[in-house]
Formats: sequence, structure tokens, C-alpha cells
Amino acid sequence: MIDMSVRIGSLTLANPVMPASGTFAEGMAQVFDLNALGALVTKTITAELRTGNPLPRVAEVPGGMLNAIGIPSKGVPYFLTKILPLYRDCRAPLFVSISAPTAEGFAELAAAVSVPGVTGIEANISCPNIEEDGRAFAQRAGATEAAIRLIKAATHLPVWAKLSPNVGDVAEIARAAEEAGADALVVSNTILAMAIDLENFRPKLGNTMGGLSGPAIKPIVLRQVYQCARAVKIPVIGCGGIATAHDAAEFMVAGAAAVQVGTASFINSRTMLEVIDGLAQFCAQRGFARVAELTGAIRLEADHAQTAEMETVA
Amino acid sequence: MTYAALPATPSVADERGIVLHNEKVNAEYRHLVVGTSALAATAKPGQFFQLACPQPPGETPYLRRPMSVYGADPKAHTVSFLYKVAGAGTRGLAMLRQGDRCGLMGPLGHGFWLDQAWRNIVVLGRGVGLATLGPLAGMAQKAGVGVTAILSARSPALVMSEEVFREAGAHVIAVTDSEGTADPANVDRLMRGLIADGLCAAMFTCGSSRLLKLLQKLARAHDLPGQVALEQQMACGLGMCFCCVRDFIVDGQTEHRRVCWDGPVFDLREAVA
Repeated sequence: MIDMSVRIGSLTLANPVMPASGTFAEGMAQVFDLNALGALVTKTITAELRTGNPLPRVAEVPGGMLNAIGIPSKGVPYFLTKILPLYRDCRAPLFVSISAPTAEGFAELAAAVSVPGVTGIEANISCPNIEEDGRAFAQRAGATEAAIRLIKAATHLPVWAKLSPNVGDVAEIARAAEEAGADALVVSNTILAMAIDLENFRPKLGNTMGGLSGPAIKPIVLRQVYQCARAVKIPVIGCGGIATAHDAAEFMVAGAAAVQVGTASFINSRTMLEVIDGLAQFCAQRGFARVAELTGAIRLEADHAQTAEMETVA
Repeated sequence: MTYAALPATPSVADERGIVLHNEKVNAEYRHLVVGTSALAATAKPGQFFQLACPQPPGETPYLRRPMSVYGADPKAHTVSFLYKVAGAGTRGLAMLRQGDRCGLMGPLGHGFWLDQAWRNIVVLGRGVGLATLGPLAGMAQKAGVGVTAILSARSPALVMSEEVFREAGAHVIAVTDSEGTADPANVDRLMRGLIADGLCAAMFTCGSSRLLKLLQKLARAHDLPGQVALEQQMACGLGMCFCCVRDFIVDGQTEHRRVCWDGPVFDLREAVA
């Protein structure tokens, strides 16, 4: 029997697999018992009411999809009275994903959702659709640090900072989040992208630009998880293109303490269950008694590591 | 105060079914029958499945495709679909052969509902929408509700579900572009006749925003209830991603609803055509 539990800061999760924000809601409970998951992460909520982006909100590309949903949100009272009570009998810890247009807004929202039934907060400082031209807090170390610091001051709950892959030096942002007191990092969000329909020369997304997700982004995000895990002491949660247990194992070996599964759940809603079972099998086959032993187990030859450093600098 | 709760047992299967039949029924449509679990075969008229599509040469349908239920047999454990080959996804579906595995998730969403007070209803659909409306015939027959079905298509060969409606005892009126009978003025005249004859306690439609608008006008004028099954591009099928929203007008206010989760069958008058 493999010990599937992992520690994320002060929390112990039953296993390292959870949904990525925006790809999970109570509808998934129609397919399987959510208690099988290591944690639950809500779709991002905002304090302000948002209707979201114009349609089409999703487009297929080879190896994945683009989305520009635009964070439709019905606000805090709706979340507290209609959504949160759905999970009251669920044993899996619930993280609420929040977003706001200002650091102060993040803090106020964090305080508003720090209520019984909520285990922690995932600060979505990275969604590429929110700010003008796709810019976000997580694209600047100073803005990241300011937002996380205010959020931490506003809540007693653990705070996970969800970083953006759309940066030159993700380790710098990771360190800023850690410095500000983040309890863990989620690496990463979708990659800013677009597609054009050559039938009519129109963008395939109503918002013109959107986020690329799915297997196509896995190698890029895996690299960023590796870079972040080396840069900080807090746990890193890997998120980007994970569709199989082997994908998840790769992220853990690169340094992730846990993983999030997103787009793959659209192709097979039972993907997370299969990843959990597959990780246990992988550990059994490879002689690991605890799945947590995979975290950071990457083996680097000394000169290999040096080359990697040089290429990062170049 | 009572709260909604998460379901104690699954109501949706996500599984690999087995293809029992996938053949052309005419130049444009194919009939797919899949052997499924007992749970999947509980599908009701108006509900839908998400179907995994094989990749046709040179195309990569990544997301599953929503497909309304054409039939479900809870005893034989089968679910069937009537689809028009129109894009990468349906071209992929057309490649499935008997004995192949077929990934599917369902039943999803809310289907049609019948009020016990309704003695006679009118079903008006067009094109591929007739596949969605077909199972409503048997549902009405079981409930003892009389059905008049106005089936619209480009040509007589493309009038789908005609046999299904006839076998369920419905009065069928086929109207087609090629015969010059499918124009809105003629359909409007037919509808007004049925309403005047007391044969339309409620109206049901799918497959044409032009027909939806026509029925909405009649429903308002005669204060009649109705339902519309809507289509929309989808990703998750479970109400999670908010990609399939459409506009609805509820009490004078426009609001977004998810076709996969709040529908795909909606109040006729609230839908925006």
C-alpha cells in the first residue's frame, strides 16, 4: 500500500491530485465522489459581478485548446450562499480561487471568503485575460509581492499564489511570492495565445487572445515548475497539460509537491481518478513507499546542470 | 434552511462504449448505436452525451462533441445518435466501425418535460434538430399526450425522425424547401390552425432560430408554454467551464445560462433566438 499523502505547508492532503481552477465545479460530482481528490479548487470568483467574454470562448488547436472565458462571476454573496454549502459534507479540502483588479481588492475578497468550510485561498494573480493586453499581477515581481502580502494580512488561511507562465523569469516571481508569505505556489496558468480562422480572417476567440492549455504546454510548464522549485522553499503545485499519471510523476520529479489537472478533465472527466491510481501504481513499480518521495527526485549530472544554467542565462 | 447537496451517487457515466451500428441513413446523416452501461442508457429525451471523436486524417478534434440522444434503451443498454457529418468531430465519428470502442459521457443536462394537463402538443423542428425532437414522440405517447409533428427540411429525403413520430402515433406534417412548403408563412399558417383547433397546449422546437422566433411570437400571442432544445459549442459538458453560455431574457433582464448545465432544453419564451 503506497502512502499517497502529501504535505503542502501546514496541510496534509490525502493525495497530490486536485482540479485546476476553472475546470471544476459541482457538476463533477455527477460523475464521481469528490472525496477521492486530494483537494478541490473552485472557479475563480471576483467581488464584482462579471458576465465574461464574448463568444466563442474556446477554440481547438493541435494538442490542446484556447480559452478566453473572462471569469464570469456572480460575486461573493452568491458564492457564500449558493456554492460553498454544496461542499459542506465533502472531506476534500476546498480552496477558493479569487481574483481582483487591485491588491486591496484581493485582500478584501480574501477576507470575505475566509469562512468555515474554506480551507485556503488560491490567489489567481495570473489569469491572462483579466488585464489590458493580457498583463497580470504575476507578470511583475513587485505587483506579485504587494498582492500576496496584503492577502496574507487579510486572512488566517493558507494562501497559494497562482503564477503566470507568461513571464521571462518565473523564478523571480516565485521568490517574490514566497517573500510576501505565500504558503505555496501553483505553477502555472494558461499561456497567452491566439488563433485565426482563415475562412474569414477573424480571431477564433471572441476575446481575440486567450490561454493555451492541454498537452501542448506540458513541457514548458514542467520547465517552469523545475525552475520555481529550485528557487523557493515553499511547495510548488504543478499545473499545465497533465493528462496521465506519468505526466503527474514528471511534474513531481521536477519538484512539484502536488499537481492540478485541468483541460484533460474535459476529454475524460475521470482523468484525476486515473492519475491518482496511476501514481500509486508507478510508485509500487518503482519501489517508492510514499508518493511524496517523487518530489524533487530529479537526477542531474553535475555538468548537465551547469549547461542548463548557462542556457537559462542565455 | 435547506441547501442543495452534491449527489450521493453518480448520475453520469464516463466510459468506453462499444459501437454496435454506425451507418448512413441518407446522403448527410448517420445513425450511431452504442452499447453502454445501464447508467448511460437511462438517458431521457432532450438530454445529451459528450462523444469522443476519432481523428480524421489531417484533423485534430481535441474536445468531445455534444450530441443529443436519439434513443436510449435501458433494457438493452444502448444509446443511439442521429448526426449530420458537418465538421472535424462528426467526420471522426463517421469513421467508427462496429466493434470499435467509443468514449462517451452522459446522460447530461435537463431534457424535455411534459405537464399532465397537456392533452395535445405540437413539435416543430428542422434539419438536425429533428433528431433531438424524435424521442419526444415516444415520451408523449407513453404520457397519453397527442402529438402533431411539423418536420421541416431542405428536401423530403432529409426529413428525419418521420418514422419515429408516425410509429408513436403522431400526426406528421412534413414541409420542405424543395416543395416550397417550409417557408415561415406556411408554417405560421399551419401553427395557427393547430392552435385554433385546440391541438397545441404546448410547443416544442429545435434546430432553427427562425422557427424558434416564429414559435415565440405565437406563444406570446396565445399565452402558450413551450420548450426549445438549444445547441452551443461546448468544452466540459458538466457546467464547469462556462464556454457554452447563451443569452436568456428572464423577467426583462438578460442573463447568461450554460446550455450544458441549465439546459439544453429551456423555456421557449426565455431563449434568445
